[in-house]
Amino acid sequence: MKKTKVLGWSALLLLFVAAFTMGFKVAKEHNLDDGYKVGDMATDFSLKNVDGSMVSLSDFDNAKGFLIIFTCNTCPYAQAYEDRIIALDAKYKSQGVPVIAIMPNNPSAKPGDSFAKMKERAAEKGFTFPYLLDEGQKVYPEYGATRTPHVFLLEKTASGNMVKYIGAIDDNYQDASQVEETFVENAVDAMLAGNEINPKTTKAIGCGIK
Amino acid sequence: MNRLLIFVLVVTIFFSCSEKKKENKKVTETTDKEVIAKEDNSTADVKFPVYDFEGLEPMLHKKDDKTYIVNFWATWCRPCIEEMPYFERVNTEQKDNNVEVIFVSLDMPNMWKTRLEPYVENKGIQSEVVILDDPKQNDWIPKVSEEWGGGIPATLIYNKDKRNFYERGFTYEELNEELEKFKK
Repeated sequence: MKKTKVLGWSALLLLFVAAFTMGFKVAKEHNLDDGYKVGDMATDFSLKNVDGSMVSLSDFDNAKGFLIIFTCNTCPYAQAYEDRIIALDAKYKSQGVPVIAIMPNNPSAKPGDSFAKMKERAAEKGFTFPYLLDEGQKVYPEYGATRTPHVFLLEKTASGNMVKYIGAIDDNYQDASQVEETFVENAVDAMLAGNEINPKTTKAIGCGIK
Repeated sequence: MNRLLIFVLVVTIFFSCSEKKKENKKVTETTDKEVIAKEDNSTADVKFPVYDFEGLEPMLHKKDDKTYIVNFWATWCRPCIEEMPYFERVNTEQKDNNVEVIFVSLDMPNMWKTRLEPYVENKGIQSEVVILDDPKQNDWIPKVSEEWGGGIPATLIYNKDKRNFYERGFTYEELNEELEKFKK
């Protein structure tokens, strides 16, 4: 009697674990496919910054919008863009569109992206913007970020933070001086001027989020 | 559950291996660095052909009797490295069936001599390796496939009648399964 009971419980537990892992996997894939499109409203988050504070979009009372940039320490493309991300913050924070950088990788899968290493990198490069850890990897699937670096430009509206542009920072990762189209700058300028953003999405090679 | 355990084990083993390798490499890399700094402008003597997209494009549209498996990868992309042996194996096994694998490296120019060449040599890669060096990614990514968001690994399988694009990794079985669809 006791034995069957134990067996039954373990079977139930196994079923539960199986269902959970399967459900989790499906949910994750589902979310990625369902990431934000231009025109969607982005949800707020509360993530830990390298300075130890918690950061939410709602903290920025005077912001007109946000440059949410999924980036990390370890990706060669992300590294190639670090100085340009700092420059974007320098240019647009004063205009009401600050950079919010989010590190989406799982630090146990990528030790180079641990919170301690994030702190180091932020100090080394002198980041002027929040560099947040997507703890538990809940935010990046909601946005539909697939790689680093991956930019989402949001505009603060009466009904929420609307996604205005998704994609690359510019059209030349190798050499900032050879850039012909500054996609993100064009998008922010157009947004602030109330003009149509073109293009609204761009593609780039990047490191998959792990 | 068992699978999960095995998976965790494999991942851990893989990890510890790759970490160790990195440490070993670091020594050679740092000693190489000074040489490379001087040689930086002589990437021209890299062992593999270097193309911009216009140069690469004909390789994506050959009209002969072969089925081509074009794999986009880079040495810094771990899932790419993981699937490479399967592509190598298929290339060897299916040679007589008119199947050819082409590895298109997206490594950055400063990695060609330091990482790409040693990697291909150490692994004894037999399939053709070419380098795509074209920073205008937003222009050429859609030309490979409209479906492609820019993530790697990514693979194009095509022959003169059929064409499929996959923005994901492959196992050996999955690759054979897809390849089967291209045989008449």
